[in-house]
Amino acid sequence: MSETKPTAGDFFDLPVNTSHLPPKEKRSKLLQALLDMDPNLSFDDPLENDMVLNMGPSHPATHGVLRILLRLDGETIINAMPELGYLHRGYEKIAENETYHEFITHTDRLDYLQPLHNNVAYILAVEKLLGIEAPPRAQYIRTMLSELARVSSHLVAFGVMAMDVGAMTLLLWCFREREKIHDIFDIVVGARFTTSFTRIGGIAQDIQDDGIAAIKAFLDQFPERQNEGERLLNRNRIFFDRCRHTGVISGEEALAIGLTGPNLRASGVALDLRRDAPYLVYDQLDFDVITETEGDSLARYYVRLREMEESVKIIRQCLEKLPQGSVHAHEPKKVLPRKERIYTRMEELIHDFMIVNFGVNPPVGEVYHAVESAKGQLGFSIVSRGEGHPWRLKIRSPSFCNLQALPRLLKGHLLSDILAILGSLDPVMGEADK
Amino acid sequence: MGLESALGEGYITTKLDALIGWARKNSLWPMPMGLSCCAIELMSAGDPRHDISRYGMEVMRFSPRQSDVMIVAGTVTYKMAHVVRKIYDQMAEPRWVIAMGACASSGGMFRSYSVVQGIDQFLPVDVFTAGCPPRPENLFNALIELQKKVGTSSVLDYRDRKEPIILS
Amino acid sequence: MNPVIEKVVHTLRERMGDAVEEVRVFRDDVIVVVDRSVVVEAATWLRDNDECPFPLCEDVFGIDAYTRTKRFEVNYHFFSLAQHVRIHLKVRVEEEDAQIPTITGVYPGAGWYERETYDMFGVTFTGHRDLRRVYMPEEFEYYPLRKDYPLMGIPGALPLPKRG
Repeated sequence: MSETKPTAGDFFDLPVNTSHLPPKEKRSKLLQALLDMDPNLSFDDPLENDMVLNMGPSHPATHGVLRILLRLDGETIINAMPELGYLHRGYEKIAENETYHEFITHTDRLDYLQPLHNNVAYILAVEKLLGIEAPPRAQYIRTMLSELARVSSHLVAFGVMAMDVGAMTLLLWCFREREKIHDIFDIVVGARFTTSFTRIGGIAQDIQDDGIAAIKAFLDQFPERQNEGERLLNRNRIFFDRCRHTGVISGEEALAIGLTGPNLRASGVALDLRRDAPYLVYDQLDFDVITETEGDSLARYYVRLREMEESVKIIRQCLEKLPQGSVHAHEPKKVLPRKERIYTRMEELIHDFMIVNFGVNPPVGEVYHAVESAKGQLGFSIVSRGEGHPWRLKIRSPSFCNLQALPRLLKGHLLSDILAILGSLDPVMGEADK
Repeated sequence: MGLESALGEGYITTKLDALIGWARKNSLWPMPMGLSCCAIELMSAGDPRHDISRYGMEVMRFSPRQSDVMIVAGTVTYKMAHVVRKIYDQMAEPRWVIAMGACASSGGMFRSYSVVQGIDQFLPVDVFTAGCPPRPENLFNALIELQKKVGTSSVLDYRDRKEPIILS
Repeated sequence: MNPVIEKVVHTLRERMGDAVEEVRVFRDDVIVVVDRSVVVEAATWLRDNDECPFPLCEDVFGIDAYTRTKRFEVNYHFFSLAQHVRIHLKVRVEEEDAQIPTITGVYPGAGWYERETYDMFGVTFTGHRDLRRVYMPEEFEYYPLRKDYPLMGIPGALPLPKRG
């Protein structure tokens, strides 16, 4: 490209406040990064000019506050540049200033489609750091409820993806099912949405008979309801045409770019931490790892559908095997004592005072623990210096890494395919932005 | 009564304020500014169980130019605040704002460097709603309270800066 | 320690020599502290070796150790699909010379994580093609996750629109 030719940036006068930048830099770094991705493009023929289109951060189909800067040739996407940070809430800084118990509430708001799963993921990392383990009954309840959370997350993915490509009914049906799961949480946990259910060494309270009955009632009717929803889409020509062969990514590429969860399994890589690095009680349960080979939007959709069936299977097994016993580990210096004992016994009162005011004081060290959440691999790295609060807490959020594949997936597709691709990736910005 | 009987059938007498307020309050179109967790509860408010349509406010418009009330649902960061303000500026008057949830009202549990501690720092807010996130019923309560406020405000000076409604 | 990981660590020590500064084991998590000059070589070997390849780079993140020397640490997590084990690398750098060669040539997925580390700690990754801030606005001057940055931020560092 000769130097006299105008560059793409000369055509765009973007309303970006550039007063703080050097006068030659008239463009935002985001735009510059987008333009830099393809420097060999020339602009001789005005009819061949491409345009830059901004999508988001307030757009109904970006699943939150994702912003994508698109470079279009007609309707074809030449390049895309996602921009994050519109929901950056500073979790990691907050964690450094709170005790381990206090941060449980914050994990709810990470991936807000499945709050309970985040609670479990975080508490498992803390328990690994402390070197304790919850009793079997607590582990089974955690497994059961996190699978319910997975179903509720996949339901949103299912419904929202359908809505994005034009099938509004399904969203309403999925939310009807989600309300039933919220009702179960209301009974078992005491909150319908932000659960904060886990505690170090156990769970907040034991599950009662009415909770078990509610879960059973849900499981009995759910497969039929799911089937009802599937029938709307699985033989739908419009849906198929929009999703098949869009956003194709091969298994090697997906691994290299760091995709995890259903998005990776849709490309034929059978990585599921529930089976490969078992935590909770998954090694005692029987379930399949769902994979598809095509790696397109439709494959990702199918993986999520089949995973909901597997989750139902897992919950049924948990209900059958649910052991009796306590739901709190016997670690007086680390596990919060029961409220009724605090009021009546000196020992528990002292422990409660120490844990609440000074924290659990884990040993010095660094741990990493990851679980398979509905979005992918959700991991917490904790660096402890022996104090009541973490020295550093890093959240390895699956949505962040899944979004990284977006430019690669969007390239060469039509503008309207963004919805099918983004819906099938199923990112949650609360988690991606942290 | 007096005047209407003199005018004959088909006339009513009322204050213009009352008539326009009545019309306005029953045709509120929300702009769902869904930012984070509260947006999911906002979606739940539209689901078959809660059914926001019962209150005549279900016409969610993602285009700011077609909407009357902005429901700021979620945590507003400093980076996002400029976008929220820009969208608010694009809305046609008269316009109202509901701060849904603790984050939008006060920063909530996120006391950190990147979160705006309450959207009233850059937006005039009409109703603050408590909850993290508020249950859909709580959002309906906010909308009903807003309807009352809209119905009783003056036409010429609809934003006569009454104190914002704080729901707990 | 897991025998597979033990072998990997042993081979890493052999290949890298003194560049492997330390091996820490805590709760079965193995952290290999290496010099920044060999991080790309180590990552390449981890990805390509035959015995226990690590094709997935799970995470890259910074730690502000807040010490006089070697203030910043950067951790890398790698996962092996064949053996289902993890290995963690750690690189330590000085505050004045916070530069690390990028591993995006080996693991493209590390790109955004390195951007995040740059955004939060100001550690630069030499050779990274697109090293911009990922979360904070690009005109922001500070690095928020450093320990000397206050939790509530510095007033005026991030502008707000006017209320009117």
